[in-house]
Amino acid sequence: MSVLTSSSEAEGEAIVLASLVEGTAPAADDLEALHRRLELAADRDRMLDLAYTTVDSPVGSLLLAATEKGLLRVAFAVEDHDRVLDVLAATVSGRILRAPRRLDRVAFELDEYFARGRRSFDVALDLSLSSGFRQVVQRHLPLIAYGHTETYKQVAEVVGNPRAVRAVGSACATNPLPIVVPCHRVLRTDGGLGGYIGGLEAKTALLALEGVGAR
Amino acid sequence: MNTKKPFEKVVAEHGPTVLRVCRAVLGEHDADDAWSETFLAAMRAYPELPADANVQAWLVTIAHRKAIDVTRLRLRAAVPVGDVPERASTLGVPGALDHELQDALGGLPDKQRRAVALHYLGGLAYAEVAELLGGTADASRRAAADGMRALRLAYAIPERTGAGK
Repeated sequence: MSVLTSSSEAEGEAIVLASLVEGTAPAADDLEALHRRLELAADRDRMLDLAYTTVDSPVGSLLLAATEKGLLRVAFAVEDHDRVLDVLAATVSGRILRAPRRLDRVAFELDEYFARGRRSFDVALDLSLSSGFRQVVQRHLPLIAYGHTETYKQVAEVVGNPRAVRAVGSACATNPLPIVVPCHRVLRTDGGLGGYIGGLEAKTALLALEGVGAR
Repeated sequence: MNTKKPFEKVVAEHGPTVLRVCRAVLGEHDADDAWSETFLAAMRAYPELPADANVQAWLVTIAHRKAIDVTRLRLRAAVPVGDVPERASTLGVPGALDHELQDALGGLPDKQRRAVALHYLGGLAYAEVAELLGGTADASRRAAADGMRALRLAYAIPERTGAGK
């Protein structure tokens, strides 16, 4: 009897537990509303070290992440957004939330850019992911006008280090803010595309969008 | 190195569990407040959390404290009516939460309800439940077992034929 009793009790407990789990189960809507509330409260309390969102674009899904200072990272899908977020958590701060509001402005400007209604970006940037020469190069890139290109060599000359052509190449390759900081406007001296963090197809598409013909 | 995953992943992974615990303890309406306070406090403390910490147990522990805060706030806000009730039962607030379950949970003594929520929904070991509720691990085990038995009766789940009392 005692065996039967305990097995029946275990069954009864399993049924109660199932009712508990089911009966308290949150709907997706509930969790979304709570998430939005957390985004606002965390931002208000200055704890939202990094806010991010993803937006669709003609060059695929883009991850946008911003600190309180400004836009910190733009990442292509080929970079693996989850991996990018993991790296940001490890190197910048774990206090990251999907919180689209902080990215509204840049998302809007990107839409305009892809609709050929905008030629330069007017959002605050946080360049703290790069330092030294790389940051010097990345600060120069927005000066290359929409629809124009420079070569790695020209960029090296302009930033005052004509022999640092390869370093310019790696500064472009590690640009944490592609599209907004237009490293796609830098080509090889022979007119070749060079590399691109979002893949050569994306680079070609961006140049085509800006009316730069393939050579 | 104290590297952690993005807090967003913590919310995604543990948000539902924490909400379940809050709902079981407080009912649906106040559960939202407790959930929000829990994750806000957790986000504040997240940089100091050891990388190898049991994140769910950490969150459920915070949720337990926040649930107490919410209950106290509720009591303070309430108009005094002679005897102060043992618990501020906000269970029964209309919402999506299963009414039958709310009533059943609302009928439990506070300690039993918390023990059930912390152990069965929050995944805390009885020793951890005891740290939060006071008393021994055995006492917490008994409180949870008594709570589950009372819930079973409230649900009128029949004993299987042949199972003696």
